[in-house]
Amino acid sequence: MTDAIIIGAGTNGMACAYRLAKAGHKVTLLEASPTPGGGAARAEFAPGYTVPALAHLTPTLDPRVVTAMDLARHGLGYATTDLATTALSADGNHRRVQGGMADGPDAAAWAALTDRLTRYANALAPFRAMTPPVLAGKGNEWGKLARLAYGLRTMGKAQFRDFLRVILTNAADVAEDELTDDLLRGLFAFDATLGAWAGPRSPNTLILMLNRLSLGPLSLPRGGPAAVADAMAGALIAAGVAVRSNARVARIDTVGHCATGVTLDTGETLAAPLIVSAIGPRTTFRSLVGPRPLDTGFHAAAGHIRARGAAAKLHLALTGTPDFRGADLRTRLVIAPSVNTVENAFNPGKYGGVPTHPVMEIVIPSAHEQGYAPEGHHVLSAIVQFAPHAPADVDTARAAMLENTLATLETHAPGLRSLIAHAEMLMPSDIEARFGLDGGNWHGAELSVEQMLFLRPLMQAAQYATPIPGLWLAGAGSHPGGWITGTPGWNAAGAILKGAA
Amino acid sequence: MMDLTHFRTPLLPTPFHARTAPLNLLHRWGAWAGHTVALCFGDAAMEHTAIRNAATLYDLSPMTKYRITGPDAADCLNRLTIRNAAKLTPGGVHYTAWTDDAGQILDDGTLFRLGPQEFRLCCQERHLPWLLDSAAGFDVTVRDETAEVAALSLQGPTSATVLQVAGIDVLALKPFRHAVFKTPVGDIRISRTGFTGDLGYELWLEPAQALPLWDHLMEHGAPYGLRPVGGDALDLARIEAGFIITNMDFIPANQAVREDRTRSPLELGLGWMIDWDKGPFTGRRALLAERDGGLSRWALVGLDILGNVSAEGSILYHAKKTEIGTVTAAAWSPACKASIALANIQWKHREGRDLWVEIYAMRELQYVKLMLPVRVVERPFFAPARRRATPPERF
Repeated sequence: MTDAIIIGAGTNGMACAYRLAKAGHKVTLLEASPTPGGGAARAEFAPGYTVPALAHLTPTLDPRVVTAMDLARHGLGYATTDLATTALSADGNHRRVQGGMADGPDAAAWAALTDRLTRYANALAPFRAMTPPVLAGKGNEWGKLARLAYGLRTMGKAQFRDFLRVILTNAADVAEDELTDDLLRGLFAFDATLGAWAGPRSPNTLILMLNRLSLGPLSLPRGGPAAVADAMAGALIAAGVAVRSNARVARIDTVGHCATGVTLDTGETLAAPLIVSAIGPRTTFRSLVGPRPLDTGFHAAAGHIRARGAAAKLHLALTGTPDFRGADLRTRLVIAPSVNTVENAFNPGKYGGVPTHPVMEIVIPSAHEQGYAPEGHHVLSAIVQFAPHAPADVDTARAAMLENTLATLETHAPGLRSLIAHAEMLMPSDIEARFGLDGGNWHGAELSVEQMLFLRPLMQAAQYATPIPGLWLAGAGSHPGGWITGTPGWNAAGAILKGAA
Repeated sequence: MMDLTHFRTPLLPTPFHARTAPLNLLHRWGAWAGHTVALCFGDAAMEHTAIRNAATLYDLSPMTKYRITGPDAADCLNRLTIRNAAKLTPGGVHYTAWTDDAGQILDDGTLFRLGPQEFRLCCQERHLPWLLDSAAGFDVTVRDETAEVAALSLQGPTSATVLQVAGIDVLALKPFRHAVFKTPVGDIRISRTGFTGDLGYELWLEPAQALPLWDHLMEHGAPYGLRPVGGDALDLARIEAGFIITNMDFIPANQAVREDRTRSPLELGLGWMIDWDKGPFTGRRALLAERDGGLSRWALVGLDILGNVSAEGSILYHAKKTEIGTVTAAAWSPACKASIALANIQWKHREGRDLWVEIYAMRELQYVKLMLPVRVVERPFFAPARRRATPPERF
């Protein structure tokens, strides 16, 4: 008899399911797609060509999840950890970057900046593992926050001051203050805004860079990020979690204010006293719960959760090996030649337009290991920014986005277009439809200062609990946000178990 | 493009202005919800006397009115308001209130059920954004119809007779019921409601009917003492009836700047209207917690004060020493022959033991300070049986 239903078998839903199952719950995990994984999935987008369907790299997975679920035993291995980056230049004068090491005129400045920001990021990292504190009313947790703040303060007076100075600035200012090399400035601006609905000159973008640095270096699991999902699924089976695919939840059922179960789109109903939603919070409240059991203010606020996707996903099937003017294809290739290129790529999307010169992160999984494409062929996976989140006509926008992206690629890899056997461009709305991420946003709800920590996704639902007793949140829309980490799901399970105790 | 000249006319005339203006001998005008209304036509004491002894007309047009229509209208209003809107039958009207998520009151008002899927909500403040938020996900439309509906309140012991001689037969209409009546100026919806605690009716009409109706009633009502009254007399009558007014006796939660200034329905003495069993409604969780946790901080009470000096705005004390509350409305009541008041006092003092009021009475440029004993009494202070009698007494 199931006593906990989890909606959405992304990495967060799976991490949450595992922790609840290990604590004695009988867990059923419901996934709308044919396979679990969410953003960590693979897809054969053309006959014989397979790509990471959404995420194509992973940051360092939450070590609590890796250890508890024993993912290595369930088959998780890496093609490469600490993946290097090549900041591509159209003239072949690329920069290779690995952590704090970069070549070119800014090597020392890059090392100093990386070191400084990594220290700030590490000081913020403990926030990721905590349930956001409640600061009002009885049993408030200022103490918990104060302890973390004290941890920040121990970095020393001068550094703490600098930390406070930069934390809410924008990425472009920092890049321009600290670096002179346009390629590295562009890379910094790109990385800070990857997955965000923000340009490098938008306020509060540096903190996104810190969040990213706190996640550690990027890795490519053997078999792509889907391998993480495969290993988690293996751990779930061993833990006795019932995983049901092709089970799309149409409604969260309530009696009075309390969640009592779910109804699938087939009409089938499943009852359980504990319902955990690991999908987008806006969809959870506005579509699955609906207004009746929610207070007006909360329901309206849930509708105002910002979730604008700006990252498009490009998949190319290539009949040969592309040549990015000599760049190492076993690195992450970034086309973002200056801060202003990134900023200019962001601007049109605000008005529903497509950038003429999009910026992008390219991974060629088939350069790392076999199995993605026929012998001698390659697949190219790119996250292309910035796609309009609300174009007037998505088909026109998609075609323009594809054309502008291919033109940009051709500039950096002459002859690439002649190698293309098949191309697929996923716009934010496609990503929303396929992966259930609200707005096609990478985090299911924008990760921005006004939607962080105890404001994520909403002040009234920031501790994973919701106003509906029995209903909890566990997705990337909750603290600390997206990327393939498992952290929100793991944290949520902790809050649920503590709440039940 | 909207014509941006509205600021040149901060106060609009009501549909009755052409008649009320020449009668307003002292030009005592006030502002109500963006409209010009008469505070007194010449003699507030006589106007109040007419409310209690004859019949009166009060221009109710500025009252904010919303039309809520659609298959989910009752459901939507049930989630919005604390009372059970589904129990209201077509032809019924009830006094209700609504709160924010924290169970703090946003406004009170009257809800009319015009049909199975059609309601009108009348209130003091503007709430369209909140109503639209509350309607999200329900199959309803919400429209502000304030400007489309003129309203006239006919109150007083002879009011039924005035309507009768004016050719409008309302004798069968029970309190808190409404219906459309044929009148010499066309069909008009009339409800047996009012803000005086006396026998009375409210007439809801199209603005074009306003002046003909006024003339018709004034002509036929003259033998029964019908006269227009302003806001001053009405305020006195409503205090006698123990009714509260938004932004006078409580601050709406969405307007309160200071977070401790909001009040829950329980704290305003409106707990009786909460239907705890009708299912979820906005604020229910918070109100349940308040009720079950004994978290109420304030109580709205009626006071009987020694002497005849009105205690408006005075501070209340326990044992003449500790401040425990404030008078929100007060008057010497001609009907009760008593100094009465409404007050916000701390919950634990709601029974009023050893309760005192300190009145600063300005007497020829000098304050006379009075510390007077106070009794907490039941509201309404004045409740004549005629207000509920059906059929009403004829004159």
